[in-house]
Amino acid sequence: MSRVSALDMPDVPKGQLPPHLELQRTRTENIQYSGAYASMGVDNSLRLDQFCKNFRVEVVRLTEDEMEFDMIGIDPSIANAFRRILISEVPTMAIEKVLIANNTSVIQDEVLAHRLGLIPIKVDPRKFEYLSENDTPNEKNTIVFKLHAQCKRGQPRLTVKSDELKWLPNGSEFPVATETPGADPTTRVKTYTSFSQSQDSVPHFSNNPIVPKHPDIIISKLGPGQEIELEAHAVKGMGKTHAKWSPVSTAWYRMLPEVILLEEVKDEKAEQLVKKCPVNVFDIEDVGKAGKKRATVARPRACTLCRECIRGEDWEKRVALRRVKDHFIYRVDRADLDRLSSRSSFFRRRSSICSSLPCLRMRRRKKKEEAEKEKEIVP
Amino acid sequence: MEHGTKDLKASTFCLTDEDHTLANSVRFTLNQDPRVAFCGYSIPHPSDAQVNIRVQTTGDPASEVLKDALQDLMLMCQHVRSTFKQAVDDFNMSDPVKAMNIEE
Repeated sequence: MSRVSALDMPDVPKGQLPPHLELQRTRTENIQYSGAYASMGVDNSLRLDQFCKNFRVEVVRLTEDEMEFDMIGIDPSIANAFRRILISEVPTMAIEKVLIANNTSVIQDEVLAHRLGLIPIKVDPRKFEYLSENDTPNEKNTIVFKLHAQCKRGQPRLTVKSDELKWLPNGSEFPVATETPGADPTTRVKTYTSFSQSQDSVPHFSNNPIVPKHPDIIISKLGPGQEIELEAHAVKGMGKTHAKWSPVSTAWYRMLPEVILLEEVKDEKAEQLVKKCPVNVFDIEDVGKAGKKRATVARPRACTLCRECIRGEDWEKRVALRRVKDHFIYRVDRADLDRLSSRSSFFRRRSSICSSLPCLRMRRRKKKEEAEKEKEIVP
Repeated sequence: MEHGTKDLKASTFCLTDEDHTLANSVRFTLNQDPRVAFCGYSIPHPSDAQVNIRVQTTGDPASEVLKDALQDLMLMCQHVRSTFKQAVDDFNMSDPVKAMNIEE
């Protein structure tokens, strides 16, 4: 016997679901199965053209650092996929490798490297490629920063901030330690990166040099006589590898709250209702002349669904709280906000699992040699 | 990859390097397809980047149905992308002073 869809049966009423089922479908439960309402003659399957017709995006707020927008007419599974992608699959550039030449500050090398990793860098990651395991770092996949800060003896404590990170468009300046240093003076000194051209020469970067997004993130504090000298190599990565590559500090959504007065709430009850709500969802409007008052739902969007308004006797009969199941209020914050301070506790928890910044300590061989030479000359 | 029997109506597809992001969305589009009798997904182990998607159909080959579901998902995402871009452009147009401050 061939299968016949209920939708093709002529005697099944087509069209609208009864109100209680429509309410269930759009407000309380999300039933995805295509044939869920077939017996009622309602097609629950997804039609792409219908989706295209109903889907809407409304931007509520858009600034450089944050954005709020509504996505209407989309399923939670797909809305959630966008949120997950925003957090963990959108690439950014972040410091991955730190070559420490000297660090006499109180902050340990690995902690310092971790802090550097969390500093957001103001650069378009689309201009760069991923650095894979066998690649040599070059101008297309690595950004090099230099940090050299020193607190001289007799001076007050020095606070090292992120603006001390200086971009090196020509790549690393640290020479690779070889078996025979300086054996062949004619060849170029081998450094930790092999840039074939300066990043400066790319028009995009010469107009806006690469800097940390915020100049005032505290990296470390130096006491008199302490010094930090290092190179930080930033590469492209994704949030799922490490949270430092996440382009957002938060990305979340909530369903649009729907507050409905099931019966007219008047006078004293209206005053009570307005007072009950901690986020001022309700307002009072005057009806008629005799000073009659009536409660209205003025700002349903502000509702946090705290259920305060339906607490107490009989209030559940008067007010209904629902969520609109296909209306998502998205909020996206850029990570460029200072991750090190505002989210440090959050990050500490995460980073304990996944902090494994390769931290290389490099001998200051060249400097030492120079110092030795000077000593030889002096006596 | 596909683990299955000779029965083309039911198959389990094993996708590597994917997670809930894709699997849950595909499960949704599959569920909306009238040809699907059953579908679901599982992540066998949270440390492995791998999902198994089970598809059972009422007659069509499961692989075809999955392909269609993925295609649908792709088209949906494209539509979301263009709608979103349009919405942002409209917002910027309606408030040109603010838009000046935003790069790109």
